[in-house]
Amino acid sequence: MADIAHATRIEPLAGRIGGAAGVALTPAAPANRVSLRADPADAKALSKALGLDLPVTPKSSARNDHGRLVAWLGPDEWLIIDENADPLTDLVKVTALHSAVDISHRNTAILVSGKGARATVQSGCPQNLSDKVFPVGSATRTVMGKIEVVILRTAENEFRVECWRSFSDYAFGMLSESAKDCLA
Amino acid sequence: MSGANRIKGKGRLTPAKTLRFKFDNKILTAVEGDTLASALLANGIHLTGRSFKYHRPRGMLSAGPEEPNALMDVGRDAVRRTPNIRATVQEVYDGMQTRSQNRWPSLAFDVGGLNNLASPFFAAGFYYKTFMWPKAAWKKIYEPVIRAAAGLGVAPSEPDPDHYANHFAHCDVLVIGGGATGLSAALAAAHAGAEVILCDEQPETGGAFHHETDATIGGQPGWDWAQKVTAELRAMDNVRVLTRTTAFGYQAQNHVGLVERVTEHLANPDPSLPRERLWQVRARQVVIATGAIERHMVFANNDRPGIMLASAARTYLNHFGVAVGAKVGVYTACDSAWNAAFDLKQAGVSVPAIVDVRPDPDPALVARAKELGIEVLAGQAVLDTSGKLRVKSMKVGKTSGGSTRDIPVDALIMSAGWTPSVHMYSQSRGKVVWDEESQRFLPGRNVQDCVSVGACNGDDDLNDAIAAAAKAGHEAAIAAGSQAGEAWGAPEAETQTSWAGNMMGSAAGAGADTTVKAFVDFQNDVTAKDIRLAVREGMHSIEHVKRFTTNGMATDQGKTSNIHGLAIAAEMLDKPLPQVGLTTFRSPYTPVTFGAIVNHSRGDLFDPTRRTPMHGWHDAHGAVFEDVGQWKRAWYYPRAGEDMHQAVNRECRTVREVAGMFDASTLGKIEVVGPDAAAFLNLLYTNSWDKLEPGRCRYGIMLREDGFIYDDGVVGRMAEDRFHVTTTTGGAPRVMHHMEDYLQTEFPHLKVWLTSTTEQWAVIAVQGPKAREIVAPLVEGIDLSNEAMPHMSVREGKICGVPTRLFRMSFTGEAGYEVNVPADYGEAVWKALWQRAEALGACAYGTETMHVLRAEKGYIIVGQDTDGTVTPDDAGLNWAVAKKKPDFVGIRGMKRPDLVASGRKQLVGLATKDPGIVLEEGAQIVADPNQAVPMTMIGHVTSSYWSENCGRSIAMGVVVDGRALKGKTLYVPMPDKTIEIEVTDTVFIDKEGVRLNG
Amino acid sequence: MLLIHCPYCQEERPELEFRNTGEAHIERPKDIAGISDEEFEKFFFIRTNPKGVTYERWRHIHGCARFFNAVRDTVSDRFVTTYKAGEPRVEVERGDDGILTVKGAAQ
Repeated sequence: MADIAHATRIEPLAGRIGGAAGVALTPAAPANRVSLRADPADAKALSKALGLDLPVTPKSSARNDHGRLVAWLGPDEWLIIDENADPLTDLVKVTALHSAVDISHRNTAILVSGKGARATVQSGCPQNLSDKVFPVGSATRTVMGKIEVVILRTAENEFRVECWRSFSDYAFGMLSESAKDCLA
Repeated sequence: MSGANRIKGKGRLTPAKTLRFKFDNKILTAVEGDTLASALLANGIHLTGRSFKYHRPRGMLSAGPEEPNALMDVGRDAVRRTPNIRATVQEVYDGMQTRSQNRWPSLAFDVGGLNNLASPFFAAGFYYKTFMWPKAAWKKIYEPVIRAAAGLGVAPSEPDPDHYANHFAHCDVLVIGGGATGLSAALAAAHAGAEVILCDEQPETGGAFHHETDATIGGQPGWDWAQKVTAELRAMDNVRVLTRTTAFGYQAQNHVGLVERVTEHLANPDPSLPRERLWQVRARQVVIATGAIERHMVFANNDRPGIMLASAARTYLNHFGVAVGAKVGVYTACDSAWNAAFDLKQAGVSVPAIVDVRPDPDPALVARAKELGIEVLAGQAVLDTSGKLRVKSMKVGKTSGGSTRDIPVDALIMSAGWTPSVHMYSQSRGKVVWDEESQRFLPGRNVQDCVSVGACNGDDDLNDAIAAAAKAGHEAAIAAGSQAGEAWGAPEAETQTSWAGNMMGSAAGAGADTTVKAFVDFQNDVTAKDIRLAVREGMHSIEHVKRFTTNGMATDQGKTSNIHGLAIAAEMLDKPLPQVGLTTFRSPYTPVTFGAIVNHSRGDLFDPTRRTPMHGWHDAHGAVFEDVGQWKRAWYYPRAGEDMHQAVNRECRTVREVAGMFDASTLGKIEVVGPDAAAFLNLLYTNSWDKLEPGRCRYGIMLREDGFIYDDGVVGRMAEDRFHVTTTTGGAPRVMHHMEDYLQTEFPHLKVWLTSTTEQWAVIAVQGPKAREIVAPLVEGIDLSNEAMPHMSVREGKICGVPTRLFRMSFTGEAGYEVNVPADYGEAVWKALWQRAEALGACAYGTETMHVLRAEKGYIIVGQDTDGTVTPDDAGLNWAVAKKKPDFVGIRGMKRPDLVASGRKQLVGLATKDPGIVLEEGAQIVADPNQAVPMTMIGHVTSSYWSENCGRSIAMGVVVDGRALKGKTLYVPMPDKTIEIEVTDTVFIDKEGVRLNG
Repeated sequence: MLLIHCPYCQEERPELEFRNTGEAHIERPKDIAGISDEEFEKFFFIRTNPKGVTYERWRHIHGCARFFNAVRDTVSDRFVTTYKAGEPRVEVERGDDGILTVKGAAQ
């Protein structure tokens, strides 16, 4: 069995580029992702294991120096994204009651960047993504066009749009269409 | 100079910037900034179309969005063409092609004009009465003829090549209308620090200053002030000014739809620009500053081309520099028409007379008219007009009767007063209130966070209105949360124009004792007589009058006609006008294109298309795909020369003889994790899960509370506290929702969490005698022997060096595996497996073969063999219902009397007596083929296929008490023959199930 | 499009993120297997469908994914209040202006 070829990871949006004047659309790098479910009372123990403070405020996120990102999705639900280490490994030793499910391949993400980034994402999303209501660091599950997405504002002019794998073609198309009018 | 009627030195357009456009077959010249209407008028053209019902010649009534007559077909090229465009709104661009509508063979000579002669036949409600008999004639004769003769423009037949944008916008204060008060409110709100959106439907702000040139604000002409304020607003970071943008719908909680026309005025638009933008605005506060709409006078033959609203004539003169005629008569009940007359006279246009129905108009106006040499006929009325394709004269006489005189005119301008434009307020669900003093409906209590200012609120005095609007804008900003910011002091304003005077209903000579055609609603061809007829016929509610006559319906929404219609109905009913009430103003305010409404949701973005990780491979290997919900699934893989039937037969055979590979990635998957995971599944499935050991899996059935089958699937226990649940492809989202519902609201005490993993795993089913041989060499860390890994077990290990959850399970009846790998590895693992499978003579198979193979084994498909009214017992699945559990969802529902009574339809196998006949799915089953029609149907076919492996057709169906009928003959009556069938067991192959252990 | 206050996200969010899931405060009987046909009918089939005050369940399905309860006026479509699943029914009253408010809540 030594000669088994190791399967390679093929991201659904591999090789796609897009955008328009004012905005660039780039598939995010492959990442490890975990859906973490736990009573928020146990956030402390989980935070310690993960190396960052689990956000407990709606619509917020946290990020550590190693690039690990955690978004609050619900009162007992977090999305952990890490392009390097695997958060599951860190969670194995946690004794506090929780559910950690690998969703690395369930989701994929599109980075939307440029001065037209906000308008591009806003075009399909009914939530208010303005600076006042959705400042840098905000994260939310919501809808974009006809699909569900998680939107994270990673910088003033940069958004990360996470969606399920099979919806990524639609998401990329929708953002490409929205990008055309992002400087309106 | 373009157009003979352009007056040098008048208007705000630049004469040097000329454009050419086509109207019917004529090439005409316009000036940049012209509307189609102003350009036609500059060329002396009033006749622009034929009316809806009577095909009467019609011209421009207005200079704005209230236009009921001048509807045109406007196009850029063969495919970019839009019917029913209001000429008064459409800006001319170079090369624009326009055509008049609703006429044949030509605008000047129209055969349909005969309808006018036959008009007694076409009175209000005619189509409810005239065409009732004989019934067959409606479809064949009446309807086609009416459809051809009536109606407006012709819909384009080509796909729309343009694109449209959507923007969700959020602001503190939305100001609808960019006239004096809207601008004031916007500026005040912006100065207070609010995020402001100001929209106006015209290319330029300024509202009434398009015509009212005798107003000043802060010492400047009103128009100049408006442009300066607009520039100031545009320069502010917290303000978005949207011109050419109509607020068309005011929905709940200050959700207002705006449509911005982006390229419709450009000769060569940048193709990257959307044609229109839909702005879905959510505003904390809305300031409605929509102004007022002038009403026409209702008198005999008031619809001839050349007869128009006084403010429109004034707009054409003062804004576009166009005289609407050389000899312009004036007929009014309102002061503002006098100002229009004065402007025309001063511009050198002959104004033979001002006819005012009021016996004693304002002496200052009378004096001014005299000074300009205009004859004043007070207390008089225009009783009729003449002129075929354009008005030639007006017949004038005292309102009290007596002698009349004809005055030659080539245009007649009129005003019955101004109707506050309460459309937006009314759409916000506010109820208008009758103001006795000014005799008009005004906004009442605000039911949303909005305020009306200016003319739409009945604020007639310009100075007061601006001050009130500025205050409203400031207060809106504060209410929206602005804290800092300065108050903006409204400047002093004054105007010479008076809006006093208000007449509703028919004028002299068009009263109840007459039979003249005095139009109330031009667009729907409704006359005063029609309204009266409606009342006489028993329509006593204004809503009924509206529908019987069509007054104020369709795109017009009664902008000029509602109040007149209401007044005439009130008079007939002998009731005070407010008691009769106003009809509801509907959205959209003016027509909105489908393009703007659907915006991005066209083509590929109409609906998401979901593809599995291995889609590319299937495609490259010639798969034909079928749509399963939003998924594209490989249906079958035809080889050269094969049709579907042959391909499926080959695939079916190969799987049972060798092996096959199937992409099952679309199956729903849910990870159930927590110490109470088994307890939770015990409640959600009919089966018991306590004794399922980690590493084993089981087929489970899920019911709804009513006891009917909701979903099914195989559940694997990965650990004491972790299950891998699968659902049907179509059921994945609703099963997740159903499980969450129970977990959160009925069983919240359970310590368990659910996570959708449908797309985490690519699933490759490898089925058939050689399945193990295909899979084994690629797997590490799992003993695949029958002993170590029997049927219905699951293991974790590695395949092709990546993690796998390997299920030993089967939906074919063969020994087989379902290889789950993280989705991004799906394609690579599939290819590695295929390399082995192909070498061993196995095939790839699609959903059709999957369906046949499972039917050969009698495995049901939820949603095909069940339809939401099938219990586990009906489906023969009682074995999967735990008998000792105290509770599970559906436990009580399935014991309802009708669900346990005899006579229920039960799932059985069906074998045609002629093995070559394949039954139609959905075909009905009867016991006696010779009974009278309608026959008693005792069941129907749910699944039916040709089975190559059985060498005959096979089918399943539900039949009343079917299990007791095994061996009995039943019948399937078809249109051409009756098919004899025998009731059988549902398992057609390997009844003992030995192949599973292969 | 309505704005709905999610009691978990603690802010108003667009209706597109939500799903209505029927009438609220209908508790599944603890001993459901043992109830009579009449009791089952009442629990499963009978709904109030009132003109005016209605108690309904919503799920912030494309947001925090939580189920919660809402009081709404079916005449005006307005939400009076929303509260978490499992919390007791919130009583409301109609003011002279016809508008519903939570009973005892400060204006």
